[in-house]
Formats: sequence, C-alpha cells, structure tokens
Amino acid sequence: MSTNTEFPGPVKWVDDRLGIAKIGKKNLRKVFPDHWSFMLGEIALYSFIILILTGTFLTFWFKPSMAEVEYQGSYSLLKGLHMSEAYASTLDITFDVRGGLLMRQIHHWAAVLFIAAMMVHLLRMFFTGAFRKPRELNWLIGFGMLFLGIVEGFIGYGLPDDLLSGTGLRITNGMIQASPVVGTYMNFFIFGGEFPGDDFVSRFFIVHVLLIPGIILALVTAHLFLVVYHKHTQYAGPGRTQKNVVGYPLFPVYTAKAGGFFFVVFGITALMGALMQINPVWLYGPYNPAEVTAGAQPDWYMGWLEGSVRIFPGFESHFWGITLSWNLIIPALIVPPAFVTLVALYPFIEGWITGDKREHHLLDRPRDMPTRTGIGVAFIVFYAMLWIGGGNDLIATHFNLSLNHVTWFLRFAVILGPILGFWVARRWAISLQRADQDRLLHGLETGVIMRSPEGKYTEKHQPISTYEAYSITARDRLVPHEIGPETDENGVRAPRRALHKARAALSRFYFADAVQKPTTQELEAAHEHAHDADEIHELTEDTETYREVTSDRS
Amino acid sequence: MSEKRPSLSPARFLSARRRHRSAGLVVLLFGLLAVGSAYAAFAPDNAVADNSAQSQQIEEGKKLFAVGCSSCHGLNAEGGGNGEGKMAGPSLIGVGAAAVDFQVGTGRMPAMQPGAQIPRKAPAYSQEEIEALAAYVASLAPGPSVPGSESYDVSKATDEQVTRGGELFRTNCTACHNFAGRGGALPNGKYAPSLMGVSEKHIYEAMLTGPQQMPVFSDQVMQPEDKRDIIAYLKALETQKDPGGFGLGRLGPVSEGLWGWFVGIGLLVAVAVWIGAKGVKAKGAKAK
Repeated sequence: MSTNTEFPGPVKWVDDRLGIAKIGKKNLRKVFPDHWSFMLGEIALYSFIILILTGTFLTFWFKPSMAEVEYQGSYSLLKGLHMSEAYASTLDITFDVRGGLLMRQIHHWAAVLFIAAMMVHLLRMFFTGAFRKPRELNWLIGFGMLFLGIVEGFIGYGLPDDLLSGTGLRITNGMIQASPVVGTYMNFFIFGGEFPGDDFVSRFFIVHVLLIPGIILALVTAHLFLVVYHKHTQYAGPGRTQKNVVGYPLFPVYTAKAGGFFFVVFGITALMGALMQINPVWLYGPYNPAEVTAGAQPDWYMGWLEGSVRIFPGFESHFWGITLSWNLIIPALIVPPAFVTLVALYPFIEGWITGDKREHHLLDRPRDMPTRTGIGVAFIVFYAMLWIGGGNDLIATHFNLSLNHVTWFLRFAVILGPILGFWVARRWAISLQRADQDRLLHGLETGVIMRSPEGKYTEKHQPISTYEAYSITARDRLVPHEIGPETDENGVRAPRRALHKARAALSRFYFADAVQKPTTQELEAAHEHAHDADEIHELTEDTETYREVTSDRS
Repeated sequence: MSEKRPSLSPARFLSARRRHRSAGLVVLLFGLLAVGSAYAAFAPDNAVADNSAQSQQIEEGKKLFAVGCSSCHGLNAEGGGNGEGKMAGPSLIGVGAAAVDFQVGTGRMPAMQPGAQIPRKAPAYSQEEIEALAAYVASLAPGPSVPGSESYDVSKATDEQVTRGGELFRTNCTACHNFAGRGGALPNGKYAPSLMGVSEKHIYEAMLTGPQQMPVFSDQVMQPEDKRDIIAYLKALETQKDPGGFGLGRLGPVSEGLWGWFVGIGLLVAVAVWIGAKGVKAKGAKAK
C-alpha cells in the first residue's frame, strides 16, 4: 500500500496512519446478494440510528425527576396542575420547545418501526431457514436485540409519567409482585420502595438512554460483524452454490442502495412524525394512581402480553395467608417467557430434530420445509391471538361485538388457531412443492390443446428454463433422522434409546409428506416424455397459426 | 236568669259570652273565612290560567306517551313486561324531566329494538314534544328537572375551571369514556358512548340521571359547578386541534400500532421491494 502513489495528499496521510486502503480494498469489494427481503434488517438498523439522533435531542430538555411542580406552560388545559417534573418537561418539549413535538413523534414512530422491523426481519430469517448452521449464534444475538428493544421501548413509554405510562408501570408492578416469594423484594428493588415512589423515572432514564442502547449498539456491531464473517446468505439460483456469493460489490452498488434506503427510512419516519399524532401525553394527563382510562394500552410490542393477561380467566388461590395470582403467574410469568424461549432456541431444536450438521448458505423457500413453515405460522397465529386480546375492548366497540364474546373466542382461538394455522400452512407448502415438481417434470402448461391424427387430445407442455429448474432443484433431499440398529454387533443395546426414538419420530413428522426433489432417473424419465412433446411440437406450427387466425377474427 | 234572656241584645249577647270557651275558636274560624274569601276573590284567575297551560302540556305529553312509549313502559309509566317475563321498559315514575329530556333528546328513546344497550340516534320528537313528555313524566312523581342553561353554560369558563374539569374528568369519567371522551367497551356488549358531539345540556343530564350503565352523579355527589367544569373540559377537548397531525381517532396506542404496521412497515417494505427490483433491472443494463 505504501507503493501506491496515486492517492492525493490527505488520503495518503490518513492511509499511512490507518491503513484504510487495505481494509477498503477488501471490504468495498465485498459482494452482497440482492433481494428485497435482505433489506428488512436495514430498516431496524436505520430506525435505531434515528432513535439515537432524536433521543439525544429529547434528553436536552427532558428532566428525569419525580419532583412535584405546578405546570405553567402553554398548554392551557393542564395549566396550574401539579405533576412530576418528568411529565411537565415532556409537555414543555411538546409545546414550548421548537421542533420538540416533531422530535418526540419521530422518536416514538421510530421505536414502533424499530421493533416491527426487527420482528419482520426475524420472520424472514425463520421462514428461509437462515438461522441454520453457522448462523445460530447470530440468531440469538438478533433475538437479544429484539428483547432489549422491547424492554427499551417499554421503559421509554414509562418515562413521561403520563397516565398511560403510569398505568403500564402499575401493571408491570403487579406482574412483578405476582412472582412467588421474590415478587415483593424485586418490586422494592426496582421501584425503590412502594410503587410508584420517587425513584423510578431517574432510574429508568439512565437504563433507557445509556445502558440498553449501549448493549444494543454492541450487539449490532457483533451482528453485522458476523454477517460479514459468514457472508450473506442467498436464494438458490443459477450459479449460486453453498460456496459462493452472487451479487454486487458493496461499493458502489450497496453504498448507494443502502445509503439511499437510510434516507427513505428517515424520510418516511419523519413524515409519520409530522403527520400522524403519536402518544399525545397532554390528553392522558399526569399519572395519578387514583385515575385510569379506557383505551389504556401499551405500545404494540407489549400488546401480546397485555392480551395474555386480559384473556386469562381470573384464578387465584389462597392458602396459609398467601395469595397466588394464577391469573398473572400463568399469562405473564410462564407463558410469554416459555414462548420467547421456544422461538429463541428454535434453531437448536430444529437442528437436533433433523440432525443436520451441514453449513447452509443457500436459503430455503418457505415451501421447501413445510413443517417449519407450519410451525412458523402457528407461532404467528399464537402471537396474533394474544395481540388481538390486548385490544379486545377496541375490537368490541369498533365491530359492535360483546367484549365477553371477543375474550371467549380468543381463549379458544389461542389454542386452536395455531393448530389450524400449522395444518393449513403445511399443506399449502406441500401443494406448492407438488406444483413445483409438476413444472419440473412435466413443464409449463401452455394452454394449447392439440388433436392428433387419431383424434387424441393433448395439452402441449413447454419445459421450464434451465435456470428455473436449477433454482427448484438446488435444495437438498430431506432425509429423516435414522435411528440406527437397536443393538450393535456385540448385542449391546444402544444408549439413550428412548431419546433417539423420540428424535426419529419427530424427524419423521418433520419430513413426512414433504415432496422430495426428483432423482436423476426421475428427471431423465421426464425428459423422455418431453421427447414426445417435441414431436408434437412440430405439429403445433399449424395450431399456432390456427390460433392466430381465430384471434384475428374475433 | 230566664227573665233576662229575651231582653238580651246581640251586643250584650256577644259581650256576655266573650269569655266563653269556644269564643277563640269562633273568632279564628271567622278570620280564616274572611281571609280565604278575600284570597278567592283576588287570586284565583291567575292560578286557574297556569293550571290550564301546564295541565294541557301534561295532557299532551300523556297522549304522546300513550302512543310512543307505553308499549314498553306501561300505560301509566309503571314499567312493562314483554310478555315473556322480561322487563321491556322500566318504570318512569320519579325519573324526572331531566331523564326524559336526555333519553328522548339524544334519540335513545324511543328505542328501535331491545339489546345490550340502546344507541344514540337522531331524535324522533321535536323539542316541544320532548318538553311535553318530560312534563308528563315529571307530573307522576318528583325527580330531577331539566337544568337551566346557566348551569351548563361553559362559554365563560376560565382556564382554571377547565383544568379542574379535566382532573375531575380523569378521576370520574375516563375509566369508561376514554381519556379523550371517545368511549370504551363495557362487559356483555355494553359500552360507554363517545362524548363528542353531545350537547352541554345532555352531558349535564346524563351525569344527573345516570342513563343505562352510567352511575348517577347527583348534585350531592358532584356539585353543579363540578359538572359544569367537566363539560367545559370536554368542550375544550372537542374543539382542540391535534397539534401532532392526524389524531388517529385519539384511541391510544392500539390505533398507533395499527398505523405503524400498515403505513410505516407497509411503506418501508414496499420501498425495499422497489429497491430490490431496481437491482434486477440494473443487472441487464450494466453488462460488466
């Protein structure tokens, strides 16, 4: 690099000290594959940048204090009311700081989009099998960011100390208290005494602006580093194998695309902040434990937890002077953590069931793994049913339904819905596999019906392109896990036989009914068949002419 | 004694008996008769005129009631069954004119059909007819009367009163009616209706009489000036523009989440698809 004399002075100066040419030469030429679904994680990354920028602006005026003040700002409907400094300063940012409301709204919309984009990105990872070896750890890192993002968002929602944020914290406080034995202690530890106390805003503030963003930033770095290290996955296609990456170099194509996309994300978020009112804290009023409001819901990403609690029947047991609130323990402390853990560990669970130890850089299409797709849809339906439960009151009023009917429907749907969703999605995926198989072996239906001299009618099939055939057949044949012989050659029983049996059964279930890609023989047989079609093809010249004529006449 | 009697003159007769036991009573009776006669001579004309106007209105209200209300509430407003042992309409004896003015004035009554809750709709009766019905129901037994316009006039409310009204609103009303008065759900298909576009008088009457699921906020529980301040806050909310753009229904985070997903993520994914598609086209054009 020192021999390179083409650089102008300042660049050379920097290069001599940082060695950017060497780094740049390698990394600017790094190839990324091109697909819209690879840009979903970018939305999350850009929203995070917007959050940091707007959040910094907000910290200039926000006062993280529970000290009681009398509001004397310009919003007349609350003038003279006693409230915490946190709430008063939020009102000041909204009404008395130039651009404050816009910044608050961009910040909040960016938070909504940040977590939504992470979740959409996670779904893309899931349905394409991008979490398989060697990317399991990056899946966990991503999951960690999603979890932290949700906690971060919820704490941010609690900071302004308005009626909704206080109500949300009160529910959290109830959930913490519901945990047996440790609940009360944990609650005192978090809130510094009885709820709400004077400490939580200042504590939550530092967690919100320093601790969690710092951890997320570190995880983002690790996440992106691993993307570079593993190289990006790609969809199957001509020339794409497990060993290469087909796409464009980072510079100039992706610097332009990704850079442009950042501005699009920023622009859309800013437009939303400018046009769509979000979190109107001035309407909610300051938090007062004696007050509560209809329509008190958390932001969307906490909605499924709210729903879980809302639709759960009100069970409690009392014994030896202790109350166990099953109506909080089960829907808040058992079900959500269990579900989250299941999703987080899914790559390992699937890997164990399928026994797949190979590296994967070619992505599955959702149809390629019908059972995984079915499981994914079941997860989505489960989540969605709880999510709807979080807004059961608004569903009831806006669709003229009874609140009780909505709740009872969801109590069943949250269990039956995922089963139905699994079955429908799995069968759907298998049908698509069969359609693919059909295209591969018999070709495209052209819609051209031919009559042979003997009077036999056939439809002309056109073979699909080699590119498409390659894309369809790039996936692996799916082989269920083999259990192995019961005893080895010395007659010794294999260890952990029951576990292996269960694993083999799961594996059979996983691959049952999935359509295997055709073998070479099957393909050859199909091509033989295509020869007949070629013979017919010669006859079709007339047919084509005939068709043209008819279309002219009509 | 007997010889003296015939010669007794009326004056002497009265004078002789002025200390008789019954003398005081007789005088009192005479006095009452005189005052009563005098009152009857001077006062009766007005009283009769008043009675006739009011009773005419009551009479008119009774006729309207018989046609439009009695099928559910009974011919004498005593409440009625639907023939299957269920109550079709409650007794209206003692509900007062304010309840009638609210129920009929907001179109809730006459109800179209029984259900979990009777919805608000365009009123079916004119103001005079509503007043007649109210007068009839009020004549059955005492109850809250229609408030005078001075009690709900909020045009001169001060900022302080509005703020106070807001605090009372959040303490007493938002649990059902939502922080912006947009309404909310109640169990079994019932709901707290939106308070937007409801007149000051009807809000006042609703608090006073507690229609359907609503609790009664009588003047002892909530002072008339408290009610007026709440109305002042509601009217300020109603006329207030949303400083942050479109209000998204002022329904809270549920509608925000909906818009965030459909507009925000929807648009962004659409743009991602667009950028992705651009790449495919550029592939042909470049031919590097």
